[in-house]
Amino acid sequence: MTVHNFYMFDRYGQLLFYAEWNRLRQSGITREEEAKLMYGMLFSIKSFVSRISPLDNTSGSREGFHCYRTSKYALHYMETPTGLKLVLNTDNVAVNVHELLKQIYSQVYVEYVVKNPLCNLSEPIKSDLFEAQLDAVVKQSHVFTSKPT
Amino acid sequence: MVIYSVYIVSKSGGLIFNYDHSVPKIETEKTYSFPLEHKLVYQNKQIVVAFGQRNGVMVGHVLLGVNGAPVNGRTIEDEKNPRDAFEVLENPENYPINLKFGRPKMSTNEKIFLASMFYPLFAIASQLSPQPRTSGIQSLEADTFRLYCFQTLTGVKFILIVEPSQTGADLLLHRIYELYADYALKNPFYSLEMPIRCDLFESNLQSLLEQSEKAGISSV
Repeated sequence: MTVHNFYMFDRYGQLLFYAEWNRLRQSGITREEEAKLMYGMLFSIKSFVSRISPLDNTSGSREGFHCYRTSKYALHYMETPTGLKLVLNTDNVAVNVHELLKQIYSQVYVEYVVKNPLCNLSEPIKSDLFEAQLDAVVKQSHVFTSKPT
Repeated sequence: MVIYSVYIVSKSGGLIFNYDHSVPKIETEKTYSFPLEHKLVYQNKQIVVAFGQRNGVMVGHVLLGVNGAPVNGRTIEDEKNPRDAFEVLENPENYPINLKFGRPKMSTNEKIFLASMFYPLFAIASQLSPQPRTSGIQSLEADTFRLYCFQTLTGVKFILIVEPSQTGADLLLHRIYELYADYALKNPFYSLEMPIRCDLFESNLQSLLEQSEKAGISSV
């Protein structure tokens, strides 16, 4: 099991943070373009899911969808009530990635960005402490093994 | 297990087949007193709840009936005197009034629209992949359903929408592919890329879905 990369978007679709671990292929476009494509895809998936759903969404969650899988990787998605979006790409056998996303939000983002008076919440995160803590949390998690299988 | 619906999308992205197996009907009927607790607007030839989500009536639900008479467009199709629904609802003398709301059924146009919407999502998912040589979306987990997609070598996509607890739908998709090969492709009157209108295909698909609902996917 391995973790490939991580995106964080604010509610307006701006890329706040990006990190990668075992990324085996670059998309061939700039990071900015890639983030826009990713956000656009998530936006469309959300709209697609809410339209094609045979039932009403009664759980009250904002995201509508949790993850999708392809033959090689899985994308896991979490959205907080404030519209902050966390995206984690792992290989497609990883389980309980939602727990890891929640952990990243509550133990890294809230602790080291929200509680940091020098961080402006609407700007890309430049805090080294955040980066280091995120790296530590992801590397400690059961989802992560340094060697891609 | 519950199978909601099956879609087949041709390699150029158009919907060529759709079958709704068991789409649950969501309807609420209640007697209201003046003033009405939901804000209604008229859009897309339907009267839609725009605000005031309560008692099972959600935003986006459609007004289906007034005092037992069906609503078509914005008129109440009462046999004796068809009336405008908004005029009736605005007049306090008509209350208490019995209204029926329900989740709108997807129209064929909407289905065609959604099927072609899936096509770019599928392509972007493989473009944004962090690993080389990835396929597009194979399964998508949502709050209320799970979507499975199987793409054949020729580019036809089979999409299955099932309830979230269901696993192993890929097997069922392969069986649907077999049915497609047997009853649509081998039909001399069927031309590729065109909507599938083959009775045999439809009846076999129906019995396959029924069988897998009763006995589980492993039995098919």
